[in-house]
Amino acid sequence: MQIRPILATLRYHKAGTLLIALQIALTLAIVCNALFIIHQRLGQLSRPSGVDESDLLLVHNQWAGKPDADEVASMMASDLATLRNLPGVANVYATNTYPLSGEGTVFGIGHSPDKKTYTDSTAIYFVDDNALATLGLRLIAGRNFRPDEIGASSKHSKIEPDEIIITQALAHHLFPDASAVGKAVYLSRKPSIIIGVVGRMRTPWVDSSMAKWDEYSTLLPYRRLEGYTEYVIRTQPGQLDDVARRVKATLYAANRMRVISPKNGVRTFADVGAQAYNSDRGMAILMGAISLIMLTITGAGIVGLTSFWVGQRRKQIGVRRALGATQRDILSYFLTENLLIGVAGVIVGGVLAIGLNLWLMNQFEMEKLAMGYVVAGVAILLVLGQGAVLAPALRASKVPPVEATRSV
Amino acid sequence: MSYYFGLAMRSLRRNRMLTALMVLTLALGIGASMTTLTVLRLLSGDPLPGKSAQLYYAQIDPYSKDEPFSRSGKMPWLMSYTDAMNLLDAHKAPRQAAIAQSQIKLIPPDARRRPFFSDGVMTTADFFTMFDVDFQYGSGWSAQDDRNAAPVVVISDYLNEQFFGGGNSVGRSLRLGDKDFRIIGVLKPWAPQPHFYALHLGGSDYGRGAAVFLPLRAARTAGMEPRNTFFYAPGDRQVLETAPVIWLGFWAELPDSSAAAAYRQFLADYVQQQIALGRFQQSHVKLSNLMTWLSDQQVVPDKVRMQTGLAFSFLAICIVNTVGLLLAKCLRRSGEIGVRRAMGASRSAIFAQFMMEAVLLGLAGGVLGFVFTEFGLWCIRQQPAEYASLVHLDGRMFAVTFGMSLAASLFAGVLPAWRACKVAPAPQLKAA
Repeated sequence: MQIRPILATLRYHKAGTLLIALQIALTLAIVCNALFIIHQRLGQLSRPSGVDESDLLLVHNQWAGKPDADEVASMMASDLATLRNLPGVANVYATNTYPLSGEGTVFGIGHSPDKKTYTDSTAIYFVDDNALATLGLRLIAGRNFRPDEIGASSKHSKIEPDEIIITQALAHHLFPDASAVGKAVYLSRKPSIIIGVVGRMRTPWVDSSMAKWDEYSTLLPYRRLEGYTEYVIRTQPGQLDDVARRVKATLYAANRMRVISPKNGVRTFADVGAQAYNSDRGMAILMGAISLIMLTITGAGIVGLTSFWVGQRRKQIGVRRALGATQRDILSYFLTENLLIGVAGVIVGGVLAIGLNLWLMNQFEMEKLAMGYVVAGVAILLVLGQGAVLAPALRASKVPPVEATRSV
Repeated sequence: MSYYFGLAMRSLRRNRMLTALMVLTLALGIGASMTTLTVLRLLSGDPLPGKSAQLYYAQIDPYSKDEPFSRSGKMPWLMSYTDAMNLLDAHKAPRQAAIAQSQIKLIPPDARRRPFFSDGVMTTADFFTMFDVDFQYGSGWSAQDDRNAAPVVVISDYLNEQFFGGGNSVGRSLRLGDKDFRIIGVLKPWAPQPHFYALHLGGSDYGRGAAVFLPLRAARTAGMEPRNTFFYAPGDRQVLETAPVIWLGFWAELPDSSAAAAYRQFLADYVQQQIALGRFQQSHVKLSNLMTWLSDQQVVPDKVRMQTGLAFSFLAICIVNTVGLLLAKCLRRSGEIGVRRAMGASRSAIFAQFMMEAVLLGLAGGVLGFVFTEFGLWCIRQQPAEYASLVHLDGRMFAVTFGMSLAASLFAGVLPAWRACKVAPAPQLKAA
């Protein structure tokens, strides 16, 4: 292949060559990282919450008039009875928060009461014996809470559960070699016995900074008797909309000492998921759009510069054709020229992409760029370059040999 | 000059596709970077320009060495009631304030309307003078009111609008939770962005701000609870004023850096004294200027910083692209340049002619970029983020849009114009 003459020609077009190579390099560096971020965000989006999401309704109930713990306990008990009697309701429980809600409590969990040694973070869910059935969680080992084990947590009271249920991910992490059921762990100064292990259950947060422990959830047998109460309701199949329409009026009819926000006091789990991932989805769309525009602009830039080169070299092309070069030779000349520039660009770009990723890892909560993305980016840009150069190169190959005899 | 303008226009018109491509490229780059820059500026801006340099946030550490606030050595964000009151009573700064936020149930005077919850600030008397809060009617409360737990309240302009139709409501009574408070002041619109005073106190960092402002002691007497509490030791947790719990932000106004140094020394001495008393174990203290405090706490979401970076690298690619296209264009016109040079045009004349073309590109890119920016900001306003509704292009950013577009096109134009003016006339004429 005639690489030598191409290199010789490129030396006459240093600025243009460098600009195309630079543009390819920058685009590669950014597109690789953008694709990587998009994939991470989409990965978040598609992660299951662990909850059986259909037919779930969430009610955020704020108690009015500063009731004390006993009053909340009685109002909550009567609410639960009211909701249970509502036609179309299959099950219900009261809690502090639920997966993907965005709000909740974090405790440290570890093997000793002394917090100096390393502890892990876990999301805390206050539940009763109906929680597993309502959420559709699968009990993998051990047992559920019994009704008589459900304690009360009021303002500033100590949280020192005797029994807890944890997720499989957390169980594996705490006890990699053995079953966690029956073992003691420390959430407080007192030991808590793991009585059951459930399958997957996400924490309330979808933030990437908490992604490392997003399945470390712990269920505590408590009723939370202060401020607000979240009701998690499972409806009979197909009754979700019907119950959602009636639930607020039913609760207000039973007891007016509450505030349920008209805006998002009653939400389906689908709403919760959509709101939780809204910013991730927005970011992914933005990154995708910018990457696409960058690639288009780079492609357009290559088309522009190559067209110019073709126009400039019509005479030389004519001479080559007159001396016996085929159309194919001319076509492959321009394709090879572009490939050489492209390869130079992607080599620099690959280095830049990795450098950019290192910088991002340093600045933000970010993982290491998988090499697959660089390879994919290189492939995309080389194909894009060849695609962009195709039209001008075809035009060049159509230059008739007679062009050599014309003076301009 | 107008001759160059004419030449540039003719040249741009000759290659419509290429010109459109360059303008569009430039405008997309400008639109993306201006959109993200506007958001970043809103989020990282100075909430109190002119005053922020004199405002300082104080941090001390009541946590034990065994169970620190954070394993990485960060100071606790908030202060206990005891410490905040000790510092206030020492009067070592011209103005000081302890602040907590509460979710307060507001009962509209119109009994037909439903009560609702809103953010309320519980603080001390200097809050208003220290943070340059202007009053529409009435005034703030006095240190005497603080001591007496006087049931008075200052309300925001929007709450006054909502409850009292915007009239002078000073002297009227407002029911908060289950207690009546007397309105003594109505604020002018006041919502520094971010809500620097409310960091770590619960509630949003951006938006329209708190609805009511209450004397700390009066609010606590009425049973209002801070949104954020962090217990630092075991002990009786019933009464927040005496319990081992931090829940107050503490601000001091210090006129200059020597006053700040003196105050830092005062804090260190105070902590030493508390260590001697056995209350504290850790001796580190921190006094941060407002802007330092905001940047240390990373108020600006990572996402926004990342988007800004992305947009500016996008702009860089757009500029590189424009350089390439301009270069191609001007080299194609070597013949024309040769003729002009031979007819007596100087190098600087050629340079000026090509730069003029770049200026026109920049202006066109600026206009289109402005359209893209407005579109981008409109998209952001549709987002659910708490700052979304605040995002607008102000006059300065409008000017920056054009400035940046011009700068970008001039930068892109320099290399091609330089190459153009280096064209030697003789070979070009010969070739023609």
